[in-house]
Amino acid sequence: MSAPDAESVKSMRTPLGRVRNLGSSHSGTTDFWRQRITAVAMVLLMVPVIVVVMMLLGSNHAGAAQMLGSPLVAIILLLFIIASTWHMKIGMQVVIEDYVHHEPLKLAAIMANNFFCFAVALASIYAILKLASGV
Amino acid sequence: MALSIIHRATGFALYFGTLLLAWWLIAAASGPTAYAHVHDFIGSLIGRLIVFGYTWALLHHLFSGIRHLVWDLGYGFKPNEREAMTWGALVAGISATVLLWIVAYMIGGGR
Repeated sequence: MSAPDAESVKSMRTPLGRVRNLGSSHSGTTDFWRQRITAVAMVLLMVPVIVVVMMLLGSNHAGAAQMLGSPLVAIILLLFIIASTWHMKIGMQVVIEDYVHHEPLKLAAIMANNFFCFAVALASIYAILKLASGV
Repeated sequence: MALSIIHRATGFALYFGTLLLAWWLIAAASGPTAYAHVHDFIGSLIGRLIVFGYTWALLHHLFSGIRHLVWDLGYGFKPNEREAMTWGALVAGISATVLLWIVAYMIGGGR
């Protein structure tokens, strides 16, 4: 009978127990699903957003600020910005993972992607809330 | 088919095009001077070309994306269906862009 290998002597844990919680279990499809939710959200929001932009055409600052600050317009734009920046973040991460194979560079690019999308989202949301609150 | 990479390319362009939307909103929140800068830029020839390109990228990505959602639901995999949806997305994106710009110029966007 052969001697038990070193690994099984050191630990009584099963191979499955050792890898649990170390992979993408239960969250592997999160990004896939969120990409679809935000896509459908933007399909629904596209017509209202186009109407808003069309109504703003040619208006001066006072007119634009007043309209952007009205509750319905502000809510439509806030929803669109949240959906689009989230969608952007996931989409660009897929592109990075497809084309950037140098590990440190890939991590840096993914981090930059997160920073960019979060900054664009926050700046836009802040601007809309400022217009809506009229301060 | 080449349309697959165009979906990705328009998504990539829209990623950076969002900066224009953010700039416009921040300018509106900042005041008349900042808003006038955006207004002038968007009204210039380069600005109009960028916004025209942005409009097409957005609408193409929209229609091409709907095609992907249909595939996600398990429909449209027959060769003739795939071809029809792909060409449909391309034609719808271009037509909607031209149509929107005609409407925009009609309601005073031409300034």
